[in-house]
Amino acid sequence: MDYSLYSKPLLLTLRVAGLATIFVAMTGVPLAYLVSRRNFWGREWLDAFCTLPLVLPPTVLGYYLIVLWGRHGWLGHWLYQTWGISLMFTWQGAVLASALVSFPLVFKSARAAFEEVDRNLENVARTLGLAEGAVFWRVSLPLALRGIVAGTMLAFARAMGEFGATLMVAGNIPGKTQTLSLAIYAAVQAGNDTLALTLVVLTSGACILILVTSGKILTLSLK
Amino acid sequence: MNWLKILALGLWILALVQPGLVLGAQELMVSAAASLTNAFQEIGQRFEQQHPGTKVIFNFAASGYLLQQIAQGAPVDVFASADQKTMNQAQEKELIVAASRKNFVSNTLVLIVPQDSRLVLTGPKDLVLLQVKRVAVGNPATVPVGRYTQEALTQAGLWESLQPKLIMGESVRQVLDYISRAEVDAGLVYATDAAIAQGKVKTAAEVQGHQPIVYPVALVAASQKQALGQEFLNFLSAPESVAILSKYGFGLP
Repeated sequence: MDYSLYSKPLLLTLRVAGLATIFVAMTGVPLAYLVSRRNFWGREWLDAFCTLPLVLPPTVLGYYLIVLWGRHGWLGHWLYQTWGISLMFTWQGAVLASALVSFPLVFKSARAAFEEVDRNLENVARTLGLAEGAVFWRVSLPLALRGIVAGTMLAFARAMGEFGATLMVAGNIPGKTQTLSLAIYAAVQAGNDTLALTLVVLTSGACILILVTSGKILTLSLK
Repeated sequence: MNWLKILALGLWILALVQPGLVLGAQELMVSAAASLTNAFQEIGQRFEQQHPGTKVIFNFAASGYLLQQIAQGAPVDVFASADQKTMNQAQEKELIVAASRKNFVSNTLVLIVPQDSRLVLTGPKDLVLLQVKRVAVGNPATVPVGRYTQEALTQAGLWESLQPKLIMGESVRQVLDYISRAEVDAGLVYATDAAIAQGKVKTAAEVQGHQPIVYPVALVAASQKQALGQEFLNFLSAPESVAILSKYGFGLP
């Protein structure tokens, strides 16, 4: 029983999805705070731009990523010439693809969560002498945390299930970039139904677990 | 609001009737190996000209993938694969009309590099060089060109040692795409594919060490249009089809 056929894609998927989620949380939450608190010119355009990956087909996103990061891409050729690095066919490229598709989930939930936070509480903190940064860390973020965490879990589930963009950018290399969804695709194409079924059950179980947990957190936050 | 109800009713009827409207024309569905894309599209046009009222619909992908589709009941009439093995599998599963099976072209395997590559490769053995970081090949599980590549590289004693460098493509055209875009340093495709991408790739060497690359074609057993399918098969041996195929670099079977 070759467990590596299941463990390799599973561990790779968890690693790629995990890193992608951390990355989008680090970038999405501050951006969402900015968008929810400051009214600047082009704010809604920025919001729409950040939500775009949710709406665009993954293959479109994959193509944009290739245009940007491919070896002859706008940023890719500079990256290759300066450091000899190419993101194509690497698990780092897979992280990039997954991060791109799951970014809107964190951004949107975080923005909604921050907008729910009572501004008066923040103002009270300011009158009590708290600096802006401390207002964020000690007042806004804790109050918005439940919504943000629920959004982050959804982003994690989305990053786990990413297929189209990952296939185009990272390829389908067993052991290196073959995530669970790509492994299932390869198993079906090769006619290996047992492997495909096992991987499908494994992936479904993992995603259900994530959704149930995130649902519980969301209901807790609404109380 | 009466016109709205009429419009809704009309759309609903159209949606139900639409499949029937599409099936009106005489359509022939041909699943063919990806390497046959350009040649078959031209042959298809000629066939339609000579058989007015007929439409040839092509489905190009890796032969293994096409076989899966047929096995799962895809409404295909003619199947052309890039290797005997896939057609043998089709025959074993009784998916084709064995009596209709025939070989119609041959091909060769070549090692190619991106047009602007500075590497000088004389043959597969040069793939072990350090400057060659990524090599694109077909996936041997489903793509015939991958199987020929595996054979040739195994015979040269290189298959195992090159594993870390291999990037597997899902069809020969995807392998070609990777090399055209210079995402990989080298790759193995058919000579006919290298010819299509002239200007974006250059051929480094011809690769030996594999069984002869001979493409078979056959009628699909479940097809409802066997007479028309047989005409297409016959057309593939006609002088103009042979001329088109050799224009793209295919050889005689």
